[in-house]
Amino acid sequence: MNIRKLKFGIGVATLGAATLLGATASFAADTQFIGSLVYRTGPYAPGGIPWADGFSDYFRLLNERDGGINGVMLELEECDTAYNTDKGVECYERLKNKGSTGMPAVSPLSTGITYALLDRVVADKIPLITSGYGRADAADGRVFPYAFVLPSTYWGGADIAIHHIADLEGGYGSLKGKKIALVYHDSAYGKEPIKTLETLGAQHGFELSLFPVPHPGLEQKATWLKIGRQLRPDYVLMWGWGVMNATAIKEAAAVGFPRDKMIGVWWSGNEPDVITAGQAALGYKALQMNRVGADFPLHKDIVKVLYDNGKGTASTPKDVGSAIYNRGIQSAIYLAEALRTAMNEFGNKPVTGEQVQWALDRFSLTEERIAEIGVTGLFAPVELSCIDHQGQGQAMVTQWDGKQWKPITELIAPNMEMLRPMYEESAAQYAKEKGITPRTCG
Amino acid sequence: MHIERDVFYIILASLALMVAIPWAAGMLSEDIFFEWPFFFEVAIGGLLAGVMYSLVALGFVLIFKASGVFNFAQGAMVLFSALTLVGLQEKGLPIWLAILATLAIMALLAYLIERLVLRPLVNQEHIILFMATIGITYFLDGFGQTLWGSEVKILDIGFSNQPGFYFGGKILINDFDLIAALIAGVLVVSLALFFQYTRIGRALRAVADDNQAALSVGIPLKHIWVIVWTVAGVVALVAGIMWGSKLGVQFSLALIALKALPVLILGGFTSVPGAIVGGLIIGAGEKLAEVFIAPLIGGGIEDWFAYMLALAFLVFRPQGLFGEKIIERV
Repeated sequence: MNIRKLKFGIGVATLGAATLLGATASFAADTQFIGSLVYRTGPYAPGGIPWADGFSDYFRLLNERDGGINGVMLELEECDTAYNTDKGVECYERLKNKGSTGMPAVSPLSTGITYALLDRVVADKIPLITSGYGRADAADGRVFPYAFVLPSTYWGGADIAIHHIADLEGGYGSLKGKKIALVYHDSAYGKEPIKTLETLGAQHGFELSLFPVPHPGLEQKATWLKIGRQLRPDYVLMWGWGVMNATAIKEAAAVGFPRDKMIGVWWSGNEPDVITAGQAALGYKALQMNRVGADFPLHKDIVKVLYDNGKGTASTPKDVGSAIYNRGIQSAIYLAEALRTAMNEFGNKPVTGEQVQWALDRFSLTEERIAEIGVTGLFAPVELSCIDHQGQGQAMVTQWDGKQWKPITELIAPNMEMLRPMYEESAAQYAKEKGITPRTCG
Repeated sequence: MHIERDVFYIILASLALMVAIPWAAGMLSEDIFFEWPFFFEVAIGGLLAGVMYSLVALGFVLIFKASGVFNFAQGAMVLFSALTLVGLQEKGLPIWLAILATLAIMALLAYLIERLVLRPLVNQEHIILFMATIGITYFLDGFGQTLWGSEVKILDIGFSNQPGFYFGGKILINDFDLIAALIAGVLVVSLALFFQYTRIGRALRAVADDNQAALSVGIPLKHIWVIVWTVAGVVALVAGIMWGSKLGVQFSLALIALKALPVLILGGFTSVPGAIVGGLIIGAGEKLAEVFIAPLIGGGIEDWFAYMLALAFLVFRPQGLFGEKIIERV
C-alpha cells in the first residue's frame, strides 16, 4: 500500500468514526428532538425549500428567544426526501428513534409519503401531521388515531373552490350546465379532490372534465390545446406541484385561456410558480390556508432574532413571509403547540409521540393564543377532538397581481355537512380493508 | 442526405396513420372532437415541441457518434449549463458575457471529464463508460445545485408567450414555440455543416466510424473527445436556454432527457438527421395521441405513448430510422 492510499484510508476511517460519534453524541437527554422530512433537492425543491426554512426558523426562534418550549430546548434534524416516497420512508425510519424520546411527530410534506407511513405511524405511535395535504378521510380520528389533517383537506379545498365559483356566478343554482376542468398532478395527491368534485357536480349540475398531467409536468401542450381550444371550460381548477404549476399557467396563456378563471389549490399558489410564469400569471387565483406576507410580529422577531444575527435557516430573509414559508411556519406552530400541551400534561421534559398524540386529540389553538404567538390573521383558530382530526377547514381565495397574492375573499369554511359523511364513509371503507377496529370517542 | 427506401416508406406510412387515426377516432366516437383546423393546430404544436426534444437528443447523438458512449449525463449538462448561465447573470454579468463564460465552463467541464473519467477508462467496455456517465449525472445535479442553489431562477430571453393566430385566424400557434424551433433549426444546420465541411468534423466522423483506424492515421482521440463533449455542452446550453426560459431554470430541466430518449430510439443513436426526424415524429405523435386517442382511455398517455411509438418503429428498423445497421460477422 503506498502512502497516498494509506492517508486516504486513514482519512475515510476518521471521517466515519467522527460521523458515528457525532450521531450518538449530538442529542442531549434534556432536549426535545424534532425530525423534519423535507426536500431541498430534486424536482420539487423550489417548493420544498421555503417550507423547510419556515418550519426550521420557527423552532430556531423558540430556542433563541424563549429558550425552547417550557424550558426544553429543541433540536431539529432534517432528512431530505427529494419528494420521493421510498426516500421518505427511509428518512422516517432513520429519524423515528432519535433523541431521548424518539421523533414526537412527523410531517412528510408529501401525500405519497403520507400514504406510505399511515400504517407505520400507528405501530410506532408517532402522530402524522399533514397540514393541507395527505389523506382527507384521516379527518376521522376514530379510524386514524395517529393522523391529523389540520387545518384543511383537499376535499375541503375542492368544496371551497366550487363555493367561490358559485359566488362569482350568482349562486349554486347558476352552476348548472357549467363546464369545470380539473388539471391535476397524476399522483395520489392530484387525485384527492376528484371524488368531492364529482359529488358536487352531481349535486349542482356542472360538468367535470379531468386532465391528468404525468410527473413532473414539463410538457402540457396537448392538455391545454384540449382545454383551451376544444373543451373551452368556464373554469379550470388545478392540483399541481412544482414545475407543473408554472408550465400550466404559461400554456393556459399560450392558448388564450383567461387566468382569472383558473383556481389552484394552495400547493399551486406559490411565488416560484407565478414568478416563473411572469406576465402570464397576472390574474391567476389560488386558495391559501394562510395569509401571505411578513407583517406579523412573529416574522419581525424571526428577522430580528435570527436573520440579523446570521442564524436564519435561509441564506437571506427574502423568503420570510412567502406563501410556502408561511405554510412551514403554520405547520411548525401546530407541532410546537402540541408539544407545549403535551409538556403541560406530562411534565416539562422531552415528550413521546404517544404523548403528542394525546395532545393533538384535544388540540385547541384559540384566537387569543394565536395573538400571543404574534400571528393574528395568519390562519384561523383550530379545534380538534378525538373524532375530528381536521378542524374547521377554512381557506381563502387569493389572486396574483404581479407582486403578491392579494386576498379576494374572507376565509371560507367548507360544507362539513356534506364532507363529514364522505370522510366517515371513506374511513369506514379503509378500516374494513385494513381490518381496523375504530376506536370509541367519548 | 441519402434516405433508404424502406425508411422513406416508414415515414410516409406513419404520416398517413397520424392523419387517419385521429380522423377515424373523430368519426367513430362522440367523445373525440375532430375538425381539420384543430387537427393541424395540434399537429403543428407537436412538431414544434418535437424540435425542442430534438435539441436535447442532439447532445446524446454527438457523444454516441464519437465514442459509442450513451451519455446519461446529457440532461444534467442541460441543467448545469442553464444554472451556470443564470447564476453568472445574477452575479451581474451581462447576458452575452454570461453566455461566453458558460461556454468556457462547459469546455472546462469537457476537459475534466475526458481527463478524470474517460481517459482512465479507455478500452473498457461501453457499459463501464455508460456507468461512469451515470456518476457524472449525479455529480453535476448535486454540484450545480450546491453551487447555484435549488430555487427556481428566471431566464427571460424576451420572447413572447402569447398565442398567435395564423391561416385566417383558424390555427393557433404559440410565438415562443415558433422562435424556439427556428433557433433549434439553425443549430442543427450549423452542426450538420460543421460535421460535413470542417477538418474537426471529418475527424469526428472518422473516430465515430472506427476509433482504432482513426488513431492509426494520427487523429488524436483525447482531443476529439474533449471537442465532442464541448460541442455537446454547447448544445446543452442552447437547450438549457430554450427550456429554461420556458420552464424556469430548476432541477426539473434535468428530466427533459426523458423526453429525448424515445426520440433517440426512433431516430437512431448515431444520426443528427435522425434526431430531428425522430423529434418531429415523437412530438407530433404524442400530441395527436393525447388529444385524439387519450379521451377514449382516460387521458394522460402522452409520456408513455412516446416510448410505445418508438418501440413500434423498432419492430421495422431495430437500429432506428437513421441508425447504422449493425453487422457482426461470426
